[in-house]
Amino acid sequence: MLKITNLQASIDEKPILRGINLDIKAGEVHAIMGPNGSGKSTLASVLAGRDHFNVTGGSVEFMGKDLLELSPEDRAREGVFLAFQYPVEIPGVSTTNFIKTAVNETRKYRGLEPLDAVSFLKMMKEKMKLVNIDQSLLSRSLNEGFSGGEKKRNEIFQMTMLEPRLAILDETDSGLDIDALRIVANGVNEYRNKDNAFLVVTHYQRLLDYIVPDFVHVLYNGRIVKSGGKELALELEERGYDFIKNEYVVPEEA
Amino acid sequence: MNDTIQKITDRYQSSDTLHDIREHAIADFRKLGVPTVKHEEWKYTRVGSLLQNPLEVQAPDQVSETDISQFRLPGDAYEIFVINGKFSSGSAPEGMTVSSLGAEANGHFKNIIDKHLGTSSKYHPDGINAMNTAFADHGLFIFINKGKKIDKPVYIYYINDNRQFPTLSLPRALVYVSAAAEVEISEHYVSLGQNDSFTNQVTEVVVEQDAIVNYYKIQNEGANASQVSTTQFTQIGKALTNATTISLSGNIIRNNLNMVMEAEYGESHMYGLYLLDGKTHVDNHTIVDNVMPNCFSNELYKGIMDGESTGVFNGKIFVRKDAQKTNAYQSNKNVLLTDTASVNTKPQLEIFADDVKCSHGCTIGKLDEEALFYLRARGIGEKSAKSLLLHAFAVDILDNIKSEPLREYVDKLISERLEFNF
Repeated sequence: MLKITNLQASIDEKPILRGINLDIKAGEVHAIMGPNGSGKSTLASVLAGRDHFNVTGGSVEFMGKDLLELSPEDRAREGVFLAFQYPVEIPGVSTTNFIKTAVNETRKYRGLEPLDAVSFLKMMKEKMKLVNIDQSLLSRSLNEGFSGGEKKRNEIFQMTMLEPRLAILDETDSGLDIDALRIVANGVNEYRNKDNAFLVVTHYQRLLDYIVPDFVHVLYNGRIVKSGGKELALELEERGYDFIKNEYVVPEEA
Repeated sequence: MNDTIQKITDRYQSSDTLHDIREHAIADFRKLGVPTVKHEEWKYTRVGSLLQNPLEVQAPDQVSETDISQFRLPGDAYEIFVINGKFSSGSAPEGMTVSSLGAEANGHFKNIIDKHLGTSSKYHPDGINAMNTAFADHGLFIFINKGKKIDKPVYIYYINDNRQFPTLSLPRALVYVSAAAEVEISEHYVSLGQNDSFTNQVTEVVVEQDAIVNYYKIQNEGANASQVSTTQFTQIGKALTNATTISLSGNIIRNNLNMVMEAEYGESHMYGLYLLDGKTHVDNHTIVDNVMPNCFSNELYKGIMDGESTGVFNGKIFVRKDAQKTNAYQSNKNVLLTDTASVNTKPQLEIFADDVKCSHGCTIGKLDEEALFYLRARGIGEKSAKSLLLHAFAVDILDNIKSEPLREYVDKLISERLEFNF
């Protein structure tokens, strides 16, 4: 589904990603872990198309298409979803209207008729239950005055509404208490099936107790330095990131 | 320019009614002429050039019912028509008088007209205001009886018949809202032809104790239409006055909006939205004059500027020596969509009392890139995302239009503009 080959990206000429290789197949959940500043969130942003990063090399293929050639909106319409680490507050745009616009623009792109009001409402009702989100929250301005937990639940709610093939969760666990974490993870697990895939970016192992990954990759200094199964996350939790740092000395810049 | 003054002066005819005020005004106009950019209050807005063309001053009324039917606004309303600057006709319920200033000035309402007509010249001692007053005899007079709550909005249409000639129209209105009365008034401007039109308008609204006035000005004429539009509210009793100014298109537009708080515990709200493109120039000058203590005023003006449009915001707040415990807030926010659009914004606070709360702020920026990316990352196209954000920026001004048909009408105008232009 997603094939990342030697991906390099920089910000203000400072290299952040120094050659990422990653292959994600339908039905798989991959976790990306790593210390602060290792490039985890940059990877998520570059995949979603945030333009303040400069892709300086490598390629990303998604469902046979060159992902890097697509605008952010077309990536989303093709089925890439980024759950933001910091969802943006947008006063004056109601959450419901926003999701309706997003769903229908995506349907149009895929050659489908827009959802009528009744079907849209029915779909919303179903998905709201999954993440335990209230109608009153959705009639408010997008994320405005939402608590941290509400924002993250809203991200997962949007995911279930947009039905992506690949969902990238960027530190979705940050700022969540244990109950909110369970609700969010439950939404993800309900959505998870053999046709879609997840890339879960996280600093802590905690989230992976609830969203159990098939693969764990450790990102350090812009490269994936270690990959393994879910037990790797436990090892990191136990030993901390220091052993990674000691094992992988930063190569000198040429 | 002297030709213009001459031409306007030639059109002047003295009258028995409103004799003194008009004679003074025409003399002031002869003396002051039209303000140039050297005049501090007209620094960014050049009106002189608008008067250089030969203009038909207060042209005769040849507007038909069919002409009018083309621009009627939605919703059930009392309608008043002012054609080429002159009051033409109007409908009103019992308890509301709609008439011409000239007709009423020597009649039942003589005292009120003598006392309140022309108070805006104190705040605008310039030739533009004087020019209008000189032709006040054709103006509109509205009186609302004590305790009368007008059941439908009042739409005032200002129609310029510029089909044959470029026109100069000088509409004048005095509105008197008696104690505990309530009214919603909306002013609209229409040009029928393609020639240039220049409207120099003054509306003065006097508001008594416990009255509520919701007032809207909607400017959506063609690129050939210019105007200087002055509206002054004078609260002579503790009252509530809300004014919303929406400017969507035109050539050169200058709005003066004054809230004169002459009674204790008065409250006023001023909202403005200017959504400009092409070469449209919109200048909003506002004044809140706190004469008496314990008044509250809040002001929020928002601008979206595209193309080579220019905006000006100048917000004055005066707090007189006796006006202790004044609360006055002001905010002006602007979004520039191109490098060629510009805005000049200036708050101006003059406070002579020592126990007051006043604040002001202004912002000029571009669309929020983070918000734009967030929307696009959900599959919303760049164009739709921009128009969603701009609509969201404008919506808190729109929400202040109480009449639902009118709010929907303005919202539709704005949504269409955002859809097509951005």
